[in-house]
Amino acid sequence: MQLRMRRPVGPALAAALALLLAAAPAFALGGRESRAGDPAAAVPTPANPRLRLATTTSTENSGLLAFLHPEFTKDTGYIVDVVAVGTGAALKLGENADADALLVHARALEDAFMANGHGAERRDVMYNDFIIIGPAADPAGLKGAKDAVEAFKKLDAAGRENGAAFVSRGDNSGTHVMEKDTWKKAGVAPAGAWYKEAGQGMEQVIIMADGLAGYALSDRATWLATKDKTELAIVFEGDPALFNPYGVITVNPAKNPAINAAGAKAYLDWLTSGRGQRLIGDYKMGGETLFFPNYKPR
Amino acid sequence: MGALAEAWTLLLGGDRETWWTILNTLRFSLWSTALSFLPGAPLGAALYLGRFRGKRAAVSLLNATMAVPTVVVGLFVYSMISRSGPLGGLGLLYAPGGVVAGQAVLALPLVAAMTFTGLQKLDPRYHETLLALGAGPARRLAAILREGRFVLLQALLGAFGRVTGEVGVSMMLGGNIRWYTRTMTTTIALDAGKGEFERALSLGVALLAIALIVNFLSHMAVFDE
Repeated sequence: MQLRMRRPVGPALAAALALLLAAAPAFALGGRESRAGDPAAAVPTPANPRLRLATTTSTENSGLLAFLHPEFTKDTGYIVDVVAVGTGAALKLGENADADALLVHARALEDAFMANGHGAERRDVMYNDFIIIGPAADPAGLKGAKDAVEAFKKLDAAGRENGAAFVSRGDNSGTHVMEKDTWKKAGVAPAGAWYKEAGQGMEQVIIMADGLAGYALSDRATWLATKDKTELAIVFEGDPALFNPYGVITVNPAKNPAINAAGAKAYLDWLTSGRGQRLIGDYKMGGETLFFPNYKPR
Repeated sequence: MGALAEAWTLLLGGDRETWWTILNTLRFSLWSTALSFLPGAPLGAALYLGRFRGKRAAVSLLNATMAVPTVVVGLFVYSMISRSGPLGGLGLLYAPGGVVAGQAVLALPLVAAMTFTGLQKLDPRYHETLLALGAGPARRLAAILREGRFVLLQALLGAFGRVTGEVGVSMMLGGNIRWYTRTMTTTIALDAGKGEFERALSLGVALLAIALIVNFLSHMAVFDE
């Protein structure tokens, strides 16, 4: 074999491996490390301090939870891990026992969840409403619609005739469920190139609708948090049929011993307490209230 | 280009959440790279050394598993570590351990395949000499890993690059939880979806820098041979 000059790779590899192994424990993966952004808890830490909340993109992306949770942590010591998905997915996580508590908005699905024994307790928390957003010029003429059903019929007509896009969540979220219900009431089975099922969160859908100069159904909170990034406007609002109530659910602890039942109960109690309800009503963006507390003790 | 300017401000100004996200990503990547490398490299070397029926099929299978999309790996690991799955008791889902486990599963075939392919470029006489000298399987494995150390370095860097840049596993198994399981790629996905391109862009720049460094190191390893 010919003689080869080479720089030592062996030591380099050894050094890389050593660095990996030396650095890895320093980055310990334990679940208990305090998180840099959390305020110090003012109360004793509970035995099981991590609480997993599966919720909708609207509560997370509107900034409401980032506003509420530091207060909840201060009052109870629980740290809330937020997994933000659509309502359908959040309920599925509860069904699989992969979440301890749920904050969702699709009443029929929530009732089915409770009836099937997946939940321990459900309470009303707050509401806002759905609106239809679209180009300010409103080519589909929604501004003249007398109710949501008529507005959806106009969307269908404008889509088929002029190709005016409608972006659907397409993800079985609370917003998507409301949209499907309204199509059904309007007697329309939306189909065609104008009807785009995004399969994404509310803000993504608003951004997409903006890019397409199209329409979308949105909850008011996410719209208020997102509107400055778009050139869209509200083209239809005010029909009581578009009322959007949120419920909090504790997952049935009998499903799995790993469920943090005490934490979930503390969360449900706190959200529906006087203080929790007041804070929800206090949260504003651009001077507008996003969610209206509506828990009524029985 | 206001967004790009703001992205630089976030990076250079030491924005806390941006840098936390970068460090957290590296933390996950270091763990999953180590966990995939330790079994993956010997596996690839054993495949190179082995003389057995069905070796070609095994190699094809390895190459096929390398092409499995990250979301499929995520889905598979999810079903394992869900509280209602067989490994649910470990409490890995939506926790750092879940991201690391998923990334390690994702990178393991890559490490094995890169090791196998790289070793094939070694002079075959080296292995033949070992056989002629009557070295046992363990001795041969140790000797070939030593001889092919630049291959291992490349496999290590390849795995690191793969797990640092992937989004499917981190999103599905980590849940993108702030100050806990959020990584650079899941933050980019979230921020771009929200129309907040500044932080997405700053993390994109950081990811690009990491990819460049890793590729540079990988290139150096080859060049040295």
